[in-house]
Amino acid sequence: MTSTRATAVLVPVLSVLLSFLVGGVIVVISGHDPLAAYVALLQGAFGSVFNLANTLTVAVPLMLAGLGVAFTFRAGLFNIGAEGQYWLGSIAAAWVGYAVHGLPVWVHLPLALLAGTLAGALWAALIPGVLKAWTGAHEVITTMMMSYIAINLARYLIEGGPMMAPGYTPQSPAVLPTATLPALVPGTQLSWGLVLAVLAAVAVWFVLYRTTFGFEVRAAGLNGRAARYAGMNVARIIVLAMFVSGALAGLAGAVQTLGVNHRLFDAFNAGYGYTAIVVALLGKNNPWGVLAAAVLFGALNAGASAMQMQAGVPAHLVDVVQGMIIFFIAVDGIIRSVLRRTRKEAAQA
Amino acid sequence: MDVVLELKGITKRFPGVVANDRVDLDLRRGEIHAVLGENGAGKSTIMKIVSGLYSPDEGTILLEGRPVRFAGPREAITAGIGMVHQHFMLIPVMTVAENIVLGREPARGLALDVRRAREDVRQLSARYGLEIDPDRLVGELSVGLQQRVEILKAFYRGANILILDEPTAMLTPQEARELFRIMRELARSGVSIFFISHKLDEVMEVADRVSVMRQGRRVATLPAAETSPEQLAELMVGRSVLLRVERGEHRPGEPVLAVEGLGRAARGGRAALADISFEVRAGEIFGLAGVEGNGQQELVEVLAGLLKPDRGTVRLGGVDVTGRSPRQLFEMGVAYIPPDRQAEGLVLDLTVAENLALKDYYRAPLARRGLIDVKRLAERARALVVEYDVRPANPAAVARTLSGGNQQKVILGREVSSSPRLLIAAQPTRGLDVGAIEFVHRRLLALRDSGAAVLLSSLELDEILSLADRIGVMYKGRLVAVLDADEATRERVGLLMTGATAAAPAGAGTAAAGAGAEEVRRP
Ligand SMILES: Nc1ncnc2c1ncn2[C@@H]1O[C@H](COP(=O)(O)OP(=O)(O)OP(=O)(O)O)[C@@H](O)[C@H]1O
Ligand SMILES: [Mg+2]
Repeated sequence: MTSTRATAVLVPVLSVLLSFLVGGVIVVISGHDPLAAYVALLQGAFGSVFNLANTLTVAVPLMLAGLGVAFTFRAGLFNIGAEGQYWLGSIAAAWVGYAVHGLPVWVHLPLALLAGTLAGALWAALIPGVLKAWTGAHEVITTMMMSYIAINLARYLIEGGPMMAPGYTPQSPAVLPTATLPALVPGTQLSWGLVLAVLAAVAVWFVLYRTTFGFEVRAAGLNGRAARYAGMNVARIIVLAMFVSGALAGLAGAVQTLGVNHRLFDAFNAGYGYTAIVVALLGKNNPWGVLAAAVLFGALNAGASAMQMQAGVPAHLVDVVQGMIIFFIAVDGIIRSVLRRTRKEAAQA
Repeated sequence: MDVVLELKGITKRFPGVVANDRVDLDLRRGEIHAVLGENGAGKSTIMKIVSGLYSPDEGTILLEGRPVRFAGPREAITAGIGMVHQHFMLIPVMTVAENIVLGREPARGLALDVRRAREDVRQLSARYGLEIDPDRLVGELSVGLQQRVEILKAFYRGANILILDEPTAMLTPQEARELFRIMRELARSGVSIFFISHKLDEVMEVADRVSVMRQGRRVATLPAAETSPEQLAELMVGRSVLLRVERGEHRPGEPVLAVEGLGRAARGGRAALADISFEVRAGEIFGLAGVEGNGQQELVEVLAGLLKPDRGTVRLGGVDVTGRSPRQLFEMGVAYIPPDRQAEGLVLDLTVAENLALKDYYRAPLARRGLIDVKRLAERARALVVEYDVRPANPAAVARTLSGGNQQKVILGREVSSSPRLLIAAQPTRGLDVGAIEFVHRRLLALRDSGAAVLLSSLELDEILSLADRIGVMYKGRLVAVLDADEATRERVGLLMTGATAAAPAGAGTAAAGAGAEEVRRP
C-alpha cells in the first residue's frame, strides 16, 4: 500500500528530474553552463515575490483546466477539448464582464465567473458528453472538433464580429471594474483566481472521495462494466463528468479573462487547455498532484526569460524540457522498470 | 526418477502478507505434479516465481541441479519453463500461427515468414498431439482451443516444463477431459507439468504427485495414488471439510420469480432464448443446468436487468418487472452474482470496502443527500470481511491484490448481505477452494432457509445436484425440462443437457457425458 503510493509520487518526480537532466545535456552541447541556466531559471521562477507571482499567474489557468481534464480521466474519459471549453468560458465571462452594466461588484463578478463556468460546462457536456453517452461517439474526436469550433468562434467574435471593440485591434472591450477579479499581490498579475483554483482542487478531491457521484465516477472510470452491473447509470455519469470537467476549464478561461487579460483577445494564445492535459497526466489525476504540476509548468514559463537574459540560454530550452516531460510521461513504463531494477539491486546488496 | 526443477526455501512477501514461506518443492521429469491449496495459499505466487514473473525474496531455484535466477519471464522461457495463466494473453484479431510465433517470428527480410510460421505450428501440434488450425483467428476459438494455443506457444519457445494455473476453471467438463488426455501424453513424452487446481477429483485423476499448500507453506507432498479427496481437503483447510453440504427439507412458499414466454433473438454474440417459462418460489433453490452457451447466461442477465428480452414477462412477487434496470431490480430485492468476478463483479482497483459498497453506496446508511459516510462504509466493511472470511481481513486492501477466491467472497458478502428476496448466482464457486465452496454453499442454503428464492446457474452439475430443490435444464435457448431434485439423477440431467428430450434410460450417462467432447480428432 505505502510502497505503491510512494511509486505513484516517485514516477512523475523522476520524469521531471530526467527531463531537466536531458535539458542540461543540451545546454552543455550548445556551449552554455547548465548550472547557471537552471539557477537563473529557478530565480526567475521563485526568486522574488514578483517572480513567484508570475509563476503562479501562469499556473492558475493550468490548475483549473488541469483539474477538469483530470476529472474526466478519473471517469475513464479522454477530454482533450479543454482548450475549447476554456475559450468558451473566456467569451462568456468577457461578454458578461463588459456588456452588463449597473451591477454591484458582488453580483457582477460572481455572475461573470458563473457565466464562464457554465459556458465551458455546456460546451463539454451537451455535445461530446451526450454523444458519448447515447451513441458511443468517441470523446477524443468530438471534444477536439468542439475545440476548433470554439477557438474560431472566439476569433470571429473579436475580428470584426459583434464582440470587437471599436478600433483596429482584434479584441473585445475591457471588462468593467465591477467584473474584474482583484489582484492578490498588488502590482502583479496574480489575481484571486489562485484562491479559486486551490478551492477547486479541494472541491474536486471532496467530490471524488466523499460524494456518491465521485464514487460513481471512480468506479465507472476503472471498470465501466462492473459499474453498470452494480446498477450505476453510466450514461449519466459520462454526461455529468464532462459537465464538471468543462466547468473547470470554463472557469479557467473566466479567471484568466477577468483577472489577467481583462478582455477577450487572441494576440497571445497560450494553449492552456492543451498544456492542461499534460498537467493532469503529470499530476496523476490527483487534485494535489495537478496543483503541483501546474506550478511546475508555471515556473518553466515564468523563469524562461530570466534564464535567457542571465545565462544566455535561449528561452526555448524550456520547450525542450516540457517536451521531455511529455515524453517521459508517455513512456512512464520505462521509469517504472528503472525503479524496479534499482530497487532489486538495493535489495540484493 | 530425476528431478528437473527444485525449489529450496522460497520466501516471497507482499506488503502485509507472506505469500510464500520457505517453500521447498521439486518437479520430476515427466511427472504431473498437482499443487493444491486454499484461496490465497500462495500457489499462483510460487508458480509466478518459477516462471520469472516475480523474483523471490529468499531461496534458490535449481534447474537440472544448477542454481538459476530469472530477471523476467523471457529468461524463464529461454530456460525451458512456460506458464499458461488462467487469463490468457492472446491477441484475438491474430491467427493461431501468428499468436504462437509472436515475439520469435521466423522472418524473411523484415516480413513475417507466414508460410514457415504456419509450417512450424503444424509440426509442433502434430508432435504434441495438440491439433489446431493455424489459420483460424484466435478470437473465434473456444476457451479450450485458446488454451491449446497458449500451450503451443510455450512449446514453440522450447518449454519442457509447463505450468498450468487453474487450467480447468473456465473449461467445460468435456474440454477438461481433453486437456487431461493432452497432459498425460505430454508427460509421457518427457514434459514435466505443474498443475494448479481446486477440483480434487481432477487432481486424483490426472496427477502423479500432489503437493498441498497452506498459508504460504507447503504442508505435504503425496503420491496421488495414496491419498483421497477427503485427506487432501483436510490437509488444505486444516480441518475436515464436508465435500457435500446437508440440504434441509424443501418447504417452498409463494412464487417470488415468475417468468413467462421469455424470448430473445440471438444477437451481438449472445445466444437466443425461446419461450422460457418457470417459477422460483420462496425458500427454494432453482438450479439452472446446461452445457455452456445454451442460453443460461443470457437468461440470467435478462433476469438481472442487463439484457432486454424481446418478448415475455418477468414478475417479481407478482409485479411485472420486465425490462427494469439493474438498480430498480436491486431496490426490489434482487441480488446478482455475475460469473466473471474480475470483469463484472468487482472494480479491481478500488478497495475491498468500496467494492462491498458498490451497490448500495448511494443510500442510507452509507450515504445521505449525496454524501458518503466513509466511516460507516469502513465499519460495515470491517464487519463483512470478518463474517464472510475474506483474507486478508483488511477493508482497505485493493481488491486486485486479493486471491481469486477471496475476491469472490467479497462479491458474495456484498450480494448476500443485502438480504435479497431473489438471489441470482451465476457460477458462484468458480475458482474457489473446497473450504470456500462449502462456505458459499452453506450461505446459499441459509438464504434459502430464511425464505429467499435462489436461482443458481452453474456449469458444475454436481453443484446443482447437491444444492438445487428443482432443476431446469437448458438446451439451445429453451428450458427443455424442469425436474424435482429427487427425480434428477446425474445421468438424466446430463442427457437432457445434450438435447435428448425423452426421459433417459438407465445407464445412458456415459453417452451424455461424452457427447460433444470429441471436437478434436486424434492425429
Ligand atoms: N501483487 C500482489 N500484491 C499484494 N499481495 C499479493 C499480490 N499477489 C498475491 N498477493 C497475496 O499473496 C497471497 C497469495 O496469493 P496467491 O495469488 O498466490 O494465492 P493462490 O493460492 O493462487 O489463491 P487462489 O486459489 O485464490 O488463486 C494472498 O494473500 C494474496 O492476497
Ligand atoms: Mg491463484
